[in-house]
Amino acid sequence: MKRLLDGGIRFYLVLVLVFLYLPILVMALFAFNKSPLYALPFEFDLVWFRALAENDKLLKAGLNSLLIALANTVIATSFGTMAAVAFGRYAFRGKTLLQALLFPPIAIPWLVIGTAMLVFFFWTARAMGVPGMARGLHAILLGHVALSLPYVIFVVGARLNDYPKVLEEAAATLGATPWQVFRRVSVPILAPGVVAAALFAFAVSFDQFVISYFLAPPGVTTLPVEIYTSIRKGFTPEINAISTIIIAVSMGLMLIVARFYRFGGERSGNE
Amino acid sequence: MTPTTRTRWAILTLTGPAYLWLACTIFLPLLAMLALSFLDKSPLVPKPASFTLDNYGAYFSKGFYWPLTLWSIQLGFWVTFFCLLIGYPAAYALAKRIKGRWREAIFLLIVLPFWSNALVRIFSWTMVLRSNGIVDMSVQAMFPGAPSIDLLYSYPAVIIGLTHSYLPYMILTCYIALQAIDDSLMEAGRSLGATAFTTFRRVVLPLSLPGIISGAALIFVPVIGSFMEPRILGGTKGATLGMNIEEQFTVTANWPLGSALSFILLAIVLIIFGILYPFLRKQGGEA
Repeated sequence: MKRLLDGGIRFYLVLVLVFLYLPILVMALFAFNKSPLYALPFEFDLVWFRALAENDKLLKAGLNSLLIALANTVIATSFGTMAAVAFGRYAFRGKTLLQALLFPPIAIPWLVIGTAMLVFFFWTARAMGVPGMARGLHAILLGHVALSLPYVIFVVGARLNDYPKVLEEAAATLGATPWQVFRRVSVPILAPGVVAAALFAFAVSFDQFVISYFLAPPGVTTLPVEIYTSIRKGFTPEINAISTIIIAVSMGLMLIVARFYRFGGERSGNE
Repeated sequence: MTPTTRTRWAILTLTGPAYLWLACTIFLPLLAMLALSFLDKSPLVPKPASFTLDNYGAYFSKGFYWPLTLWSIQLGFWVTFFCLLIGYPAAYALAKRIKGRWREAIFLLIVLPFWSNALVRIFSWTMVLRSNGIVDMSVQAMFPGAPSIDLLYSYPAVIIGLTHSYLPYMILTCYIALQAIDDSLMEAGRSLGATAFTTFRRVVLPLSLPGIISGAALIFVPVIGSFMEPRILGGTKGATLGMNIEEQFTVTANWPLGSALSFILLAIVLIIFGILYPFLRKQGGEA
């Protein structure tokens, strides 16, 4: 009976995994299939990857996405970590309010935030006499950082909470200079949290479609926006090819990070 | 500088950039959109606009928006329901039945799709659900001569796609809640004579409720604001409020109406949070 139950549980988990991976596998399959109409039987061909290599629009959009994600990671991680340190190391009036203000960017649907940004940026740009500035890569970056900041502050903050302030105070009492305290105590405490937060920020930005969609002027796009436009025009297996690459790269990175993180966790546990 | 002034400066310098950024990109824009929702002309029109309640009036007087709103809310409920139905048992199995390396591996496999593009995952369902897609072909193979199944551009297609997108959230939140439950509580229930089902209903389920509720909130909010998923998988069927808002901004360029609809959507979200919040508070405590 017990063995039967365990078998059932395993079978159920396998079914859930099949559900999660079926569409992804199907998409990868058609990326390597010769037919432009997604027709079967399967005939292996790299024609869609070659077409992709010549599709300047998609590649340009991919480059834009990458640049915005990198800039977003740097800005959101720096500013977010600073705020998290203030919350973790100081008690001050208004702190609870500031922390509560982190929820709206997460809890309000992106559609509402994206359209609100469009309205506000449009008004601001017109007031400054440069209506063309309302949309564009800079506007998209502004939006992405706003979405990433709360996550960074939460992730770094959670890490700081595990290590009380007394550690730094103890170091100072034992004669360490402020720089030594920072270098030898604060940085090692913060580092894993900051790395995790940076990964989060990168993923939030690279994945973000809704905000970018409203803030992208015609002709300037990020990868998700370009993919959406192509899907609406009619499907092409080139989308499968680039999607397969994105999924393979992002999952590969996550696998590496997962490994790295386990080792990181164990090491800091032993120290 | 006295130490307190120095501390004050430190706090200001540390929090200033992040909150200035949030003010300019979240809070001021929301205020701007609230203001616009009460104006009678789009800022795209170079004429002075004046105050009006017509945008909200249009929502409540025209029967057109009710079905959209209703479908958006129903979609939220169905997707949350299916995520719970599929996700909770999976989270339970992972937290309580599977141990060691297998648990880690399966857990990683479940959260991994999370890190791939959401749009791409929705797109991939079109290839599974359309006629001559994978579902259709497997049915044909098993039952030759069966009528062709074309699920693409239907209500179920949208529900399936969104459930797939948000399932990992539910598994994750339920797993965290279930894992925190001490096994000895369940053993105590059993040894005091409760059946397995009673133990589950009276011990495990209430203790894991915060996980269910936070999962539901994480899923419900983005789903009722969704427009890309219903558009790709639902086609012309099952228009949502989100799709209409998108059109007001991109196609018809009626920004004031779009703003009013956005705030109505926001109001619905706030009501949902208001309903869910007491459960979180009661069960979760500080967590």
